[in-house]
Parts: sequence; C-alpha cells; structure tokens
Amino acid sequence: MKRISTVPFTGTAEQEQALKNWLAEHKQQRGAAMPALQKAQEIYGYLPLEVQKMVAEALDKPLAEIYGITTFYSWFALSPKGQNDINVCLGTACYVKGSGAIFEKLEKKLGVKDGETTEDGKFSLNAVRCIGACGLAPVLKVNEDVYGRLTGDEKELDEILAKY
Amino acid sequence: MDKINIKINNVDYQVDAGQTVLDACHSVGIDIPTLCWMRDLNEIGACRMCVVEVKGARTLVTACVYPVNDGMEIVTNSDTVYKARKTNLELLLSTHDQNCLSCVRSTDCELQTLCNEYGVDGMRFTGTRPRYELEKSSLHLVRDNNKCVLCRRCVAACQQQHVGVIAPSERGFNTHIACAFEAPLSETGCISCGQCIVACPTGALTERDDTAKVMEAISDPTKTVIVHTAPSIRATLGEAFGLPVGTFVEGKMVAALRRLGFDKVFDTDTAADFTIMEEAHEFLERVKNGGKLPLLTSCCPGWSKFLEMYHPEFFENISTCKSPQGMMGGLVKTYWAQKNGIDPKDIFVVSIMPCTAKKFELDRYDMHAAGEGIADNDVSLTTRELARMIKRAGLDFANLPDEAFDEALGESTGAAVIFGASGGVLEAALRTAAAWITGADPVSPDFTEVRGEVGAKEATYTVGDIDVKVCSVSGMANVESILRAVNAGEKDYHIIEIMACPGGCVNGGGQPSQPAKVRNFTDLKTLRAAALYSDDAKKVERLSHNNVTVQKVYDEFLEHRGSHKCHDILHTSYQLREFKY
Repeated sequence: MKRISTVPFTGTAEQEQALKNWLAEHKQQRGAAMPALQKAQEIYGYLPLEVQKMVAEALDKPLAEIYGITTFYSWFALSPKGQNDINVCLGTACYVKGSGAIFEKLEKKLGVKDGETTEDGKFSLNAVRCIGACGLAPVLKVNEDVYGRLTGDEKELDEILAKY
Repeated sequence: MDKINIKINNVDYQVDAGQTVLDACHSVGIDIPTLCWMRDLNEIGACRMCVVEVKGARTLVTACVYPVNDGMEIVTNSDTVYKARKTNLELLLSTHDQNCLSCVRSTDCELQTLCNEYGVDGMRFTGTRPRYELEKSSLHLVRDNNKCVLCRRCVAACQQQHVGVIAPSERGFNTHIACAFEAPLSETGCISCGQCIVACPTGALTERDDTAKVMEAISDPTKTVIVHTAPSIRATLGEAFGLPVGTFVEGKMVAALRRLGFDKVFDTDTAADFTIMEEAHEFLERVKNGGKLPLLTSCCPGWSKFLEMYHPEFFENISTCKSPQGMMGGLVKTYWAQKNGIDPKDIFVVSIMPCTAKKFELDRYDMHAAGEGIADNDVSLTTRELARMIKRAGLDFANLPDEAFDEALGESTGAAVIFGASGGVLEAALRTAAAWITGADPVSPDFTEVRGEVGAKEATYTVGDIDVKVCSVSGMANVESILRAVNAGEKDYHIIEIMACPGGCVNGGGQPSQPAKVRNFTDLKTLRAAALYSDDAKKVERLSHNNVTVQKVYDEFLEHRGSHKCHDILHTSYQLREFKY
C-alpha cells in the first residue's frame, strides 16, 4: 500500500496560486482529475491531503474518489521525496547478485519502506527496475551518484549514507 | 415502444427495443444473475456474473449493460455460460473470507446464494489475500473488507447520497474500499444513513449489532425495559420472515416484542404526533412573527447530520424539534417515569428504527431530557437487528397473533404512521397547521401531491389566507440540489420536508436487505409506503392534534405547545460538525 505522508504540509502561497489558476482554467474539461493531479504533483512534488482537497473541491468530486485515483496509479506519490533520493535496482541482474537483501537492510536502517521518506526528510527509498548498469550489479543510486559492485556489507552502506 | 424480434435459448420472442439483454431476458421470465448491477445506480458491468452468449460476438457479453438488437440470438443456459459464471465465482472466493458460519449475512448473502446455485464447492484457486482490520470507528457501521467482492454498490449508493466518503483504493489484489487516506469513517463526512449497508450483497457492510446490550437489559431485574417502534417498521419487518414486500405487520410485531420480554411496547408514532404538535406550532409562530423560512423538518438524523456538516447556513431554518425517537425516549424518562414512580435511571429504552443514523443520534447533545447522563434512548436497533432477535427467540413470526401497543404512549393517528414515507411528515404537519389556521379540521386530510417516491415533490396549498408553498424531498443528491436552489433564490418555500434516504424511512439504511434480483425489479419504496398510507386511510383519527394521549400529556405534564418544558424535553439545537476527510 502507498505510504501516506506524516510530514507536516509546507505548501507555499505561490504553489497554491499556481494550482488554483490551473484548476480554474481546466475544471470544466471532461476527465480533468488526472491532469489536475499530475499538475498538482508537478507543483508540490507529492499529493498530500491538503492538495487533494483543493483538487476535489475545484472539480466537485468526492475526496475519496480523488484519493482512489492517486493510489491506483504508481506515478502519484503520497509522500514527499527526501532531500536525497535512494534508488535500489531490483532488476534481474542486480537482484540475482543480492540487491534484494541490500534493499531490506536499507529499509531497516532508515526505518522506512518502499516509496517512503525518513521522518527527518533526509532520505527517500525506492525500489526501481533496471537502471542499465548491469555490469556494476548490484547497483544503487543516491540522487545522481551511482554505487556499484556492492557487497551489502553494513559498513559499506553506512559509509554511503554518511556522505549525505 | 418499438418491438424487436430476438431469440433466447432458441425460442423466438418479441421484446421492447432499447433495453438491455438482462431486461429482455427478465421480461420473458429468465433471470440473469448479478452481483454488481443495481438499476440506475451502478451499471458498470464489472462482476461478470451476468455473462451470456450472443451469436456473432467474439466473447461472452455482460447482459446488464449490453443492449438488445433486432435479430439477436442470445444463449443464457449453455455449458460455456455456466462454466464462465462458476469460474468468476471461484475467483471471487479465492480472496474471500469464508467465515460464513458466523457471518451475519449467512443465508441472506447474494454471493453465497450464487455459489450454491452454481455448485461452487471448495477452493479451486488460492489468491493473494490481504487481511484488513475491521472498520468500526463509527457508532452505526462495521466494514469488513475481507468479505468485500468489490462490486462498488456501496460506493454508488454513497455518491447518490451526495456524500461520497468511500471509493475503491489501490489496485490489483490490494484493491479495497476505503475512505480518503485510509481514514477512519468517523473522521469523514459520513452522515450514517446506511444506504451503503442495504446496497451490500455480502457481509462486508453491516450495522453495528447492539442486540446483546438489549438482551442484557431485559435479563436485568432492576431495569424496566421499554421498546418503541418507528412508523415504517410495521411495513417492512415481515420481509425478514419471507412475507411479501408491503405486508403490514403491526400486530405481529407488537406480539413479537412482548414475547421477547420487553416490559412495555410503545409506539414511536405517538411521539410522531407530538412532533407534529411542536413542529406545526413552530411553523405557525414563524409565519406569524416573521421567523426564518423555509422551515426545514428535523425528523431525520441523517439529514440533520448532513446539515451540520455541509450546510450550517441553514441552522436557523431547521426545526428545533427532536426526531420522534428523541421525543419518545425523552417522554418515557420524564412523563412516564414520573407517572409510574420509576427512577429514570432504572428505565432502559430501546428504539426500533429503519435507520442506522438513529444509532448515531443517541449520542447527540441534548438527548437526555431526564438529566445529564440519562440518555433518552439507550439502544437503537435496526429492523434487521429486531428480525435477528425474533429469529433467535424461535418465534414463528407469520403465525403470531395480532396484538395492540401498550396504553400510555401507544396511541397514535394516521398522521403519524405516514412519517415512514417521504412526504408523510409534511402531510401530517399540513393537516394540523390547516386546522389551526382555519379553526376547523380539514374536510379531507389527504395532501396527496407531496406523496410518492419521486425525489422532490412541490405543491402550493391555500390555507385560510396563506398560500403555503411546500416541498418534500428525499435522497441527499436531491436535497443538495433543492438547498442550492433555495440558496440561489431560485426556489422559495414555506416548509421543506427532508429525508436522507431515497423514498424516506421505508427505504432506510436499517431496513431488511433485499437482494439485487428483488431490488432491481421491485419498487420497494412504493410498495412499503402503500402499506403505511393504507393504514392511515383506515384510522379513525388521522390528525395529530386530536390524539387523546397527546392532549392528555400536554394537559397533565407539558403545559402547552412550545412551552418551556416542551423545549427542555422535545427540542434540540444544532452545531457545526467539522470533519477532516
């Protein structure tokens, strides 16, 4: 299930204005919910309660229905991304080389599950499919930094995290 | 209607054009099974129980949404069709909690019935089965997603009520019915109407069962246990015992309640007559003193909760009268307790209601006329829960004798019994208001224009020198459009009767479940309401203000209409009810 954010909402007046302008212009459009949510995520980075409520009200749709859409499509995020985005490759090559165990270790270390963000907002953790670096398997990325040929050693993971 | 020629199972038929395959089959006596389809409400062709063969079609088609065409050849009884339906059932069962033994809907479950009909035995598939916690944050409802077949009938019912607090969430095996952000129902804008429960084909949605509390009270020798029954129960209870829809069972219901061990069996109808006394009085006062109009009725707790959540701008319009449930409980624990020298703390009042919102209403502020901590009503049961108690007690309901309500608070008029149908409260109020305005009882007490199962009914009656403009509206989507029209100044009424459930209490969220195969082809609202109107027509006294019990209680106890004492016992107030989701 998608992790719902517990991080306090910190949307700005500018963000709200941008979303409301878009909604005012497009709310009559048939099937406006999907593009509205895409726009909202583009503005806020994720779709917390406060943002979904704005969309629901503007489109005169039940909030539950809007929430249903955001949990149906994997594109939509209910938690904000952390300052640093960790993507662990679970593609075939990395997986057979043990990236599954690395992912689980990171889940434990950070206290979050797939798609979630740590409470201090520092890291978000995602399981991703092949990132095209099979030669370096098992691989993980932190932001744009690639770490390959991992051993899955606790110390190694701690050292990577310590850099951020 | 144009006719077309079709073949069903190799037999030629002439049927109406423009209908679905399912309706065409039904019109010639062939029932097609369904789980998700509800006429005009949920026509999504999702459950695929209704699949049939159509010659020339590439695959089986869903009869519930597929239109008939001239020359169409339909097969409903082939091995292919049966196997497809059976497989679909087996797939549904692969994720289904099969605790049928302890399920409250066992023998009354549409999924179970179909599994029996199609000979589904054992588990052919084992699906990924997420476990869901029971949702029981609200006073009125339990949701068990482990028993959900994802037919979305509840979602459609909730949206029809203009509430829409539930929707399918997630996808694939994780799909489940949820409130926004998986919030507890109690933190949403749910109005407790229970329309989702009567829409549910399985045991996934049920009322919170309070029958054990009632049995406990009955077994407690220190408690005087009083029961009172809402107007519409007598028109629906029989359905739970296999009697035809619309059978009037007042006498047997009273007999059953006595045999269950209640000390007194009173009639909520008596309280309905009190409601009219106070509400008609309130209306005339507002007309006389230029008070806020339109007056909105307040008998329906689903509606008053909706008002408190979504339309606080109408706080001054809604009547301050408690619902008949509140009035009856209040009178029992004040007037009747005093008269019989019983401490109200030793009285346990049980109401039998067509409604799940009445369970919520018990908890409202102001619902303790006999003092803080003494609830007007201790437990509110739905018609379904009462039927469950009667079955448990082994009573042969259909063969019970007809008995009468207990005196003191058991006498009522025809005006009260029609409270159970949309338009009834308005009609009852008009009867009494007309009498008070003109100084003479109306020649005919029938105000038929406000009757019927249509969503909103308007009429104008000339009473004395006033043209009284009225509207009776039921179903929250209809209510919402009327309120918006009033707000916009497009509509102008003196009184609006509002009932949350479409058709009023006869179609309430606490009424016996009727399977889709009955609901889709039977006008439950009209048949049940007809039982009430026919009782009204037979009554000697059809005007609330002529109820001798009512007159006696005013003389002995309440002093006069709208008195200070009436306000303490029979009236309430409204507060903004905020919700997060």
